[in-house]
Amino acid sequence: MDLYGELILDHAKRPQHAGLREPFDVEVNHVNPTCGDEISLRVHLDTVDGGAQDGALVLRDVSYDALGCSISVAAASVMAEETLGHPVAETLTTYRHLHAMLTSKGQDPGDPEQIGDAVAFAGVAKYPARVKCALLPWTAYLDALARAGADISAASEHGDRVDP
Amino acid sequence: MTTGRPDAAPLSELEVARIRADFPLLGRSVRGGRPLVYLDSGATSQKPRVVLDAEREFYERHNAAVHRGAHQLAEEATDAFEAARATVAGFLGTDPGQVVFTKNGTEGLNLLAYAFSNAAAPGALDGADPDWARRLHVGPGDEVVVTEMEHHANLVPWQELCRRTGATLRWVGVTDDGELDDRAARLSEVITERTKVVALTHVSNVLGTLNDLRPDSTVVAAARAVGALVVVDACQSAPHLDITALTATDSGVDALVFTGHKTLGPSGVGVLWARRGLLEAMPPFLTGGSMIEIVRMEGSTWAPPPAKFEAGVPMAAQAVGLAAGLDYLTEVGLDRVHAHDQQLMGHTLDLLADRPWVRVLGPEPTHRRVGAVAFVVDGVHPHDVGQVLDDSGVAVRTGHHCAWPLHRRLRLPASTRASFGVYTTLEEVDAFAEALDRVPQIFGMAG
Ligand SMILES: Cc1ncc(COP(=O)(O)O)c(C=O)c1O
Repeated sequence: MDLYGELILDHAKRPQHAGLREPFDVEVNHVNPTCGDEISLRVHLDTVDGGAQDGALVLRDVSYDALGCSISVAAASVMAEETLGHPVAETLTTYRHLHAMLTSKGQDPGDPEQIGDAVAFAGVAKYPARVKCALLPWTAYLDALARAGADISAASEHGDRVDP
Repeated sequence: MTTGRPDAAPLSELEVARIRADFPLLGRSVRGGRPLVYLDSGATSQKPRVVLDAEREFYERHNAAVHRGAHQLAEEATDAFEAARATVAGFLGTDPGQVVFTKNGTEGLNLLAYAFSNAAAPGALDGADPDWARRLHVGPGDEVVVTEMEHHANLVPWQELCRRTGATLRWVGVTDDGELDDRAARLSEVITERTKVVALTHVSNVLGTLNDLRPDSTVVAAARAVGALVVVDACQSAPHLDITALTATDSGVDALVFTGHKTLGPSGVGVLWARRGLLEAMPPFLTGGSMIEIVRMEGSTWAPPPAKFEAGVPMAAQAVGLAAGLDYLTEVGLDRVHAHDQQLMGHTLDLLADRPWVRVLGPEPTHRRVGAVAFVVDGVHPHDVGQVLDDSGVAVRTGHHCAWPLHRRLRLPASTRASFGVYTTLEEVDAFAEALDRVPQIFGMAG
């Protein structure tokens, strides 16, 4: 079946950057009440001093503890890969493209240039009930950013609200 | 009442084939042409054509607002609605005056829970029989007892009642085998002089556990001994068992609910049954049109039950559809429906026992279970199990099935549940087991 590609199964079996770490700015806990999937997630933000990215807000650390199905655990793993060490602004663009792909009902195959390994989740878009599984870690991530004081308005196309 | 061992013969292959022909949806295919194997009747049953026809005929021939209007159609609609009530009463072995139509099972349980807190309002019990009035009084120091295996619909309304009134919620535990921990010694700690209500399910929607609710069972006897009201959630038993014993004069049960859509009926209709005195004493839940006696600007009085609990224009077409569904079950014969379920249950448990990587939840003996088999595949999340089954056309439920505390008790985040209907075949159980064998293949466990 097209849902369980090798990449998803690999990430689900060996989630990258898993485990909650110190130091962190905020920790959030999100659940999917219909199935009980859970994620605790921490972000540690830092402002770049000097160089080409001077003044940019970057993710020094993104750590998590995810309990759930293979899709939600793999999504957490890929989310960590696509955010850890990246500028916040770039991760919001990644999220926007990923969200568009996941909610396209299979119309949008996803652009690896924009979302990296997260293209592996293109098959999820054909299963509406599983889209929330793939989005759970990202929803937690955006919430953590917002609570840490980052501007996350660029996560939505309209720039004013995030409605995953 | 049933001890779980039906006397009747199970349905023959031919009989089930005839039954299936009455359910149009069962003929469809899913996921790119695979024949549908519907093993999610515990969530909602499919509908026989007679139910669809009954609803359609109501709308095509008799539609009008029930209990209103001075015209012939209003009369016919009212007759159809009241005839449906009489059918439900027959199904439950009770009097139509004790049958209240609700939106679903959840609403029936809320109606009961709200009766207690509404009873605390000044004057709410004026004129009520003093004995029932006393039993409806719940406040600080009183206790409400549920069980750890309840569906959220029979848990959250009681939690909320306790929050509104200052009463305390207590619960009967569940053993590792998925049985109610209803040993008399344990129960005597939970059900005490302070207990005002004992609300529990007849059959667990997850484990399929059939709770012993006979008048001399430990739970019912303990509740009776302290004068607590016994409320039974029959949502998962009504589709499979003859439940008339629960409404018998000496059953010890004071109220029960079931939901139409799991019992071959349409969605949008459920049933509450209660003792006549209780219905008379209970304050209404929803108020408005149809449920009043006299309305003045200063205040109103209520119609007698069941009308008192049926505010607004009721779901007449759905009630008529439900009656057709119940008649269908009665015609097959509930003993035989139960025997059929037992046969499916035995076959499912046998097939799962052949798969050591599957862990079945709930009681081991077939006769202790009704309707559902929940299980886990160690190392694979239930969602993923359900997805693989779905890919083979097998529809099951995954998650906590609205019984989160039960899953917590079993130290599981979720489970996968296969559940049966009168139309389920042994071949479908075979197809389910075969589809399940793809799980270790895909997720690379030692299968
Ligand atoms: C045991 C049990 N109680 C109550 C309910 C609630 O039924 P409904 O959702 O139709 O109100 C269900 C169904 O989900 C159930 O299985």
